[in-house]
Amino acid sequence: MPEDEPLVLGIETSCDETGVGLVRGHTLLVDAVASSVEEHARFGGVVPEVASRAHLEAMVPTLERACREAGVRLGDVDAVAVTSGPGLAGALMVGVASAKALALALGVPLYGVNHLASHVAVDVVEHGPLPEPTLALLVSGGHSSLLLVPDVTADVRSLGSTIDDAAGEAFDKVARVLGLPFPGGPHIDRAAREGQVVIDFPRGLTGGRDLERHRFDFSFSGLKTAVSRWVAAREASGEPVPVADVAASFQEAVTDVLTRKALDACRRHGVGHLQVGGGVAANSRLRAMAQERCDAAGVELRVPRPGLCTDNGAMVAALGAQMVLRGREASALDLRADSSMPVTEVSA
Amino acid sequence: MLTLAIDTATSAVAVAVHRPGSEPVRAVEVDPRGHTELLAPLVQRALRAAGAVPADLTDVAVGTGPGPFTGLRVGLVTAVTTGYALGVPVHGVCSLDVLAEQGFAATDAQELLVATDARRREVYWARYGRGPDGARPLSAPAVEAAEHIPAALRRLPVAGRGALLYPDALPGGLDVLDVDPAVLARVAQRRVAAGVPTPVEPRYLRRPDALTTAERASR
Ligand SMILES: [Zn+2]
Repeated sequence: MPEDEPLVLGIETSCDETGVGLVRGHTLLVDAVASSVEEHARFGGVVPEVASRAHLEAMVPTLERACREAGVRLGDVDAVAVTSGPGLAGALMVGVASAKALALALGVPLYGVNHLASHVAVDVVEHGPLPEPTLALLVSGGHSSLLLVPDVTADVRSLGSTIDDAAGEAFDKVARVLGLPFPGGPHIDRAAREGQVVIDFPRGLTGGRDLERHRFDFSFSGLKTAVSRWVAAREASGEPVPVADVAASFQEAVTDVLTRKALDACRRHGVGHLQVGGGVAANSRLRAMAQERCDAAGVELRVPRPGLCTDNGAMVAALGAQMVLRGREASALDLRADSSMPVTEVSA
Repeated sequence: MLTLAIDTATSAVAVAVHRPGSEPVRAVEVDPRGHTELLAPLVQRALRAAGAVPADLTDVAVGTGPGPFTGLRVGLVTAVTTGYALGVPVHGVCSLDVLAEQGFAATDAQELLVATDARRREVYWARYGRGPDGARPLSAPAVEAAEHIPAALRRLPVAGRGALLYPDALPGGLDVLDVDPAVLARVAQRRVAAGVPTPVEPRYLRRPDALTTAERASR
């Protein structure tokens, strides 16, 4: 590994994971994550104040662990990158303040970067430099976006996003209806493997009029309601709810819409590369269906390994390293956390 | 010895750089919602004014609240990260203790109350007595509406913005509003010298606003 490539430390605290990653150039050295997900499970969803408290507690231990596991001295770090938005305001502030303290103490530049652009940039450490342009489908509990990415350090364009619930939110809510624990994604994935796709749940924004106005947007709230009604009707009739079949059918509806729209966007914009990221990209059916449809369309599919799809510090470090390599301007020390940072704003 | 002192528990974003025996350098801005943006530039400004660089620091002192959560955490995470990055110890001091110290410098009274803005029409408060080596807490910090503090205590002199916000309930307001970071540095240095523990534990006093699924079910 060339020592002259920039060593960048990345901090991510936009939701419930405290992530610290170290990237040298295009190489991932370490990805340390502390999650407060178990604390949120008691509440049935992410509680912002619980997440913020956990970030403060986990910050220094996670920094220590990252440096120890990578065998890196903090003094060797060339730049610090941090998610400055979008995300939970109070949670973001913990990471931003910590990153500033590091940059100031070490005397190195600070890069406040966009969480969504980081989800795209992380694939650099997995599959090498990003093809330009790339099309990115980002799906998690907080976002569902289709992005056209000519340059991940400077030019990210939004093609569409959810008009109601995020895809991951739909997984959580349907899991609750089915009596599965939070977070819903992995539990639905597991249950679905035992089931059959036998119920035809609605595909939001895929027909006629909707398609004209919302060709690349998503809507999952109707699907969620349809599942609830279907389950309630079953229960009312006294019949057992076939949890595995409902999970499989719901999951099929979500992944069908996501991959169909992503490939339509590839075709529309003439892009031969699709990247899938975000926590929902860990879903096995989404990965399989994206692969089948990309193969059929002659599009190269890039999906980072599951650990790099969920929120983590490595993705922030990866984008930070790209910013340094491309000579992008660093952020000022009065950088603020921007909970609703637009996706088109790659850095602050 | 060169101490960096940070407090974000009150309406001030407060930084001092203090070398014992010399005049402390302060960098303070009053902006109860600007902690994230303002704190790091203030640290930088205080260090420059003291003619120091971060590597010169020998320890960090931080106010542990109680205070509004978001701002409080910005100070705490800045302090612990700075301490970690520089490999120096971080000392926590209850922010109300610092205000009590400031209060006793402004009055001859033997007892006083500290009351700060806890938002939601409440104050963080505690009662203090004058001791041989500084303010001595006579009660644990609490959070409640100013008028719920026992009437006998409400007549004491008051340090902190509580008296400014609720003058009917707390008529004895002193001219001490926010934490003075230089006093924080001095209290921390004194406690460390005396071997008093200085844990860096945030004092939230309130639990997060959320019900567990079990609590929701039992309603
Ligand atoms: Zn994310």
